[in-house]
Amino acid sequence: MAERFFKKEVQKLYLGEGQEFRGEGILAVTKALLQSGVSYVAGYQGAPISHLMDVLTDANDILVELGVHFEHSASEATAAATLAASVNYPLRGAVTFKSTVGTNVASDALANLASGGVIGGALIIVGEDYGEGSSIMQERSHAFAMKSQIWLLDPRPNLPSIVQAVEQGFALSEATNTPVMLELRIRACHVHGRFIAKNNVRPHFTLKDAMENPVRDASRVVLPPGSFLHEHEKIEKRWPAAQQWIRENRLNEVFANGAQDFGIILQGGMYNAVVRALELLDLGNAFGDSQVPLYVLNVTYPLIDAEVKEFCAGKRAVLVMEEGQPDFIEQNLHAILRKAELPTVVHGKDMLAMAGEYTAAVVTRGILKFVESYGNNLLEPQKLPTVVRPPATKSDTLPILQSQVQPRPPSFCTGCPERPIFTGLKLAERELGPHHVASDIGCHLFSILPPFNIGAHTMGYGLGWASAAAFNTHETSKRTISFMGDGGFWHNGLTSGVGNAVFNQSDSVLVIVDNSYTAATGGQDILSSQARNPIRTTRLSIADAVRGVGVKWIKTITRTYDVAAVRDIFKEALTTKEKGPKVIVAQSECALNEQRRLKPLVKKRIDEGQRVVRERFGVDADTCTGDHSCIRLSGCPSLTIAPNPDLLRQDPVATVLDSCIGCGVCGEVAHAARLCPSFFRAEVISNPSAWDRMKARFRNTVIQLLQRRIDRRLARVTT
Amino acid sequence: MPISQLSQSAPSGTGAAAARSINIAILAMGGEGGGVLADWIVDLAENSGYLAQTTSVPGVAQRTGSTIYYVELFPEDAARAAGKQPVLALMPVPGEVDVVIASELMEAGRAITRGLVTPDRTTLIASTNRVYAMTEKIAMGDGRADADAFLQAGGDAARVFIHRDFAALAEQNRSVISATLFGALAAVETLPFRRQQFEAAIERGGISVSSSLKAFAAGFAAATSPEPVKSEPIVSAVPKAGPGLAALAARMTAGFPPASHAILLAGLARLADYQDIAYASTYLDRLEPIRSLAQQPGGHDAALLTETARYLALWMSYEDAIRVADLKTRRARFERVHADARVADDQLLLINEFLHPRVEEFADILPVALGSWLLKTGWAARLVNRLTGKGKILQTTSLWGFLQLYWLASLRRWRPKTLRFQREQQRISNWLEQVKDVAQVDYALALEVAECPRLVKGYGDTYLLGSRNFESLMRALPRLRQLDNPASRLKDLRHAALADDTGKKLEDALAKLNLPQGGAL
Repeated sequence: MAERFFKKEVQKLYLGEGQEFRGEGILAVTKALLQSGVSYVAGYQGAPISHLMDVLTDANDILVELGVHFEHSASEATAAATLAASVNYPLRGAVTFKSTVGTNVASDALANLASGGVIGGALIIVGEDYGEGSSIMQERSHAFAMKSQIWLLDPRPNLPSIVQAVEQGFALSEATNTPVMLELRIRACHVHGRFIAKNNVRPHFTLKDAMENPVRDASRVVLPPGSFLHEHEKIEKRWPAAQQWIRENRLNEVFANGAQDFGIILQGGMYNAVVRALELLDLGNAFGDSQVPLYVLNVTYPLIDAEVKEFCAGKRAVLVMEEGQPDFIEQNLHAILRKAELPTVVHGKDMLAMAGEYTAAVVTRGILKFVESYGNNLLEPQKLPTVVRPPATKSDTLPILQSQVQPRPPSFCTGCPERPIFTGLKLAERELGPHHVASDIGCHLFSILPPFNIGAHTMGYGLGWASAAAFNTHETSKRTISFMGDGGFWHNGLTSGVGNAVFNQSDSVLVIVDNSYTAATGGQDILSSQARNPIRTTRLSIADAVRGVGVKWIKTITRTYDVAAVRDIFKEALTTKEKGPKVIVAQSECALNEQRRLKPLVKKRIDEGQRVVRERFGVDADTCTGDHSCIRLSGCPSLTIAPNPDLLRQDPVATVLDSCIGCGVCGEVAHAARLCPSFFRAEVISNPSAWDRMKARFRNTVIQLLQRRIDRRLARVTT
Repeated sequence: MPISQLSQSAPSGTGAAAARSINIAILAMGGEGGGVLADWIVDLAENSGYLAQTTSVPGVAQRTGSTIYYVELFPEDAARAAGKQPVLALMPVPGEVDVVIASELMEAGRAITRGLVTPDRTTLIASTNRVYAMTEKIAMGDGRADADAFLQAGGDAARVFIHRDFAALAEQNRSVISATLFGALAAVETLPFRRQQFEAAIERGGISVSSSLKAFAAGFAAATSPEPVKSEPIVSAVPKAGPGLAALAARMTAGFPPASHAILLAGLARLADYQDIAYASTYLDRLEPIRSLAQQPGGHDAALLTETARYLALWMSYEDAIRVADLKTRRARFERVHADARVADDQLLLINEFLHPRVEEFADILPVALGSWLLKTGWAARLVNRLTGKGKILQTTSLWGFLQLYWLASLRRWRPKTLRFQREQQRISNWLEQVKDVAQVDYALALEVAECPRLVKGYGDTYLLGSRNFESLMRALPRLRQLDNPASRLKDLRHAALADDTGKKLEDALAKLNLPQGGAL
């Protein structure tokens, strides 16, 4: 398991009735699950919900105490399928994953689950990774809720509202026999706030009760005639039940109704941004007291027709604050109002933006535009905030500045074992020419960015090799190269990629990056992790699994830092006469996690007086000519540039920062690419042995004697 | 009212009576402690009568990408008076940020381009250290962004602009930049908290408390001390001539314009160090004709002389194995590595060199006849390459390693007889002739020609590519002179040569001008 501990966070899960919880949004959800009497939790890690998984991993004691079963699912599909436990039994269950990527994977199980329906509350917590900093395609979970008829909660982004949404989500699910999806935007997951806790609840009906008293109901299985029955049930029973329950329990909120003859309909998740915009426009204050009527959809699917009609009646216009596209809610509003023959004008994407994140600036400008059209007398032009004013033109430094600010995308960490794989590939391609390279999801996808510029596409987690499937023709001897991480491999790549390539007799190359963790999601364990994990089975071999599905040509590199070996293995894989699928397993532990593991150990050993050698690399500035070819082959954050200390030279020199962990790639690259003699490896010996010291004394005496001769010559030149 | 009719700046004192949040944006790179800083601020506020909310979008940006941490604070008594919880925002609104903290200078620039820094409201605290972006690092020449542009923009955009090297301060105190920046935040007094309250937050954090407090104090002191004088571009020390070089230095001082002295003296020292005093003397001899040119009408300033002198000195001191061995064995070098690796008194240091000479580098330092033979003779070249194998790691701090390099360096006196020396002297003469020739008619173009050797850098393939590019430009020169604006065209070609490491961009640029491509070495 990753060497990070969440002991402090785990303690928060023990808080009882009336005590104040302070922490992150996603942790509040974790606590809310325990307060709701959940029986089982499963999920697949990924920003922004990794923390939920990590904390539960460390909270095993409390889970056991409460009789809660917790799983690291093999994939989001596995997680979603886990909710089947709530189909026949009154068991509350929750699963979590990153959306929409995880929801894509889970959708088969979700569709089946939603079709048959549930008895126990089934909650799907999705971390909506949309907008700035997102690493995935920009789509909406909303579409999944609609297509499978799963209710979608989008609570206001404060901890009490989020916690309440969890509790209400279970109740709503049970009242309507329908799974409920709780959507949390990335900032809401990471928001720090507080709420008053309740006691944790041990479920009144447990997994044990279910397993010892199994029941079945064939009408819940998706097979005709059940499946046709389910569709009618959805429309005739579950939909009306939801309309009623949501309305009766006031899940949606209305503020300042009657204040104006226009209003704003917003997703709960947009509430804070809207309130801030109103405050800035002097149409509200910091406490959410608004002069404009607000209809807050804490449930964004389904819309409650009666509520919509009630809010819109007597209003000339409403502005829909709906982030992402397509504009499902806006379209739905049009339909509801049209059927009710209400004349209220619906604005939304026309005044905000068709696409892109609804940032504070977009929201504020959109509301201003709306109020200008329908309540201009409310606005005091002199008081309007900077964000809606035209940019100050006085500053002529801004264009210059913009030309100087360069992008800083995420990249491989210092000492990352994945980087040298791409260095090796780059060197192999120097000899063999460029190849089609299929990328996958994981840290290794950073290869598409400078300095490597390797990788043509990515089709999803674990789908690296699958995405090169078409390139399988006898008309060329050239082979494609695909990448896949160990996480993606166990997630689905073993079958979707490896099995597929074997079955279809593909003559191409797959590199499985085996770094012992699902590193990009925070370093969680998987089957091939090398750490021993008391509650999970680890240390299984990827090569064995690959062999098991029939690959004959398998090479394992146990030290990816050996750039020349990586290069040579690529050359071999690309040129060998042997036909068929070829798999290279490139193993080295994720440096980030390795350092977390080793740093305290090394410190302890030094403190105990043991002999410890610390390695780090360096560049001699006086032999470096400033061409930076080493950086173009490495891209390590610790290998950077510095002003040239030489008066004559103008280009910056390469330099190695103190953050270097001595992974060795710099030296290997200097050798493999025959770069330059400027690199050196410094070995610093702590607690040297007597023999070390004696050798050093002897050497130093001779070396210093000779160095004094050099000094004498140089002293004639300069003083 | 249409937005376009608004004046540009918001009037001060809007909603004077209404309580509002204090908004703080922290721009940092992932894994750099921005989260720690945000947590301290939250803890500080929550223990000082304020409600606090923080959020961020770490995601994959935890790995070295730019990340924004956003904090809002709200007075608890105002909330109590209103009987309600405030609604705090999860992302900054341009124009509504009270404090922007940037852990690096370009990130400060990024905050300004995002509109987070405004003159009516924002205190900008920026660390002036540079963590270079990938695009800056991988440039073949100098791809660094203009730091002055960031400082200038910071001054223009912020209400208060505090810029110090908080990273270096943290380093000096063996702590992290979040601590020094936290100190600066206390010092600017934008937040309604006292210094002791800040320090208490660090203490409650409980991790590395004493070093964090020390760094905090250093950051506080730096931010309150007078603004540093605008940092001059780093000028490396001009060497002082030793006794052996005194005569040449005197000749130089007497005969060359003062503006060129620094570079010339550096050149003299370099070449005397590289070879001997006589070689340094050749250097001055070679520059005499350029100096005379500068004195002619049309020779406007010392730029041509200085730039020619710069590249002549670098070219004459080309890096061969002898030079590399010489530099690697020096005492000053050992001391530098010692300091960089932070070797404590009770620790030992070993230095391992990564060397991988190719047959060309062997031939370079052989006598002309032998070197040429080796390069021409397939089996001998293969043999040498086989012997060097996968490269060599040589421990300079070991006796045997040191002696090998020491011996190699001692070949210095034989250098003038080597293959490469002969070849380079010839090429140097050709280039100098071109500079002189062009300068008679087109000073600006001559200046560009003088700068062309900047392309020739590195070792191995990098060196070959640079040389080839250089030769391409020299071969294109006669035709270039017949076009209009040859100086700027040559400059563009030089930039094209530095635009990629395959030579493709230069080829394209030459083809576009219908100029000859490629060049023999």
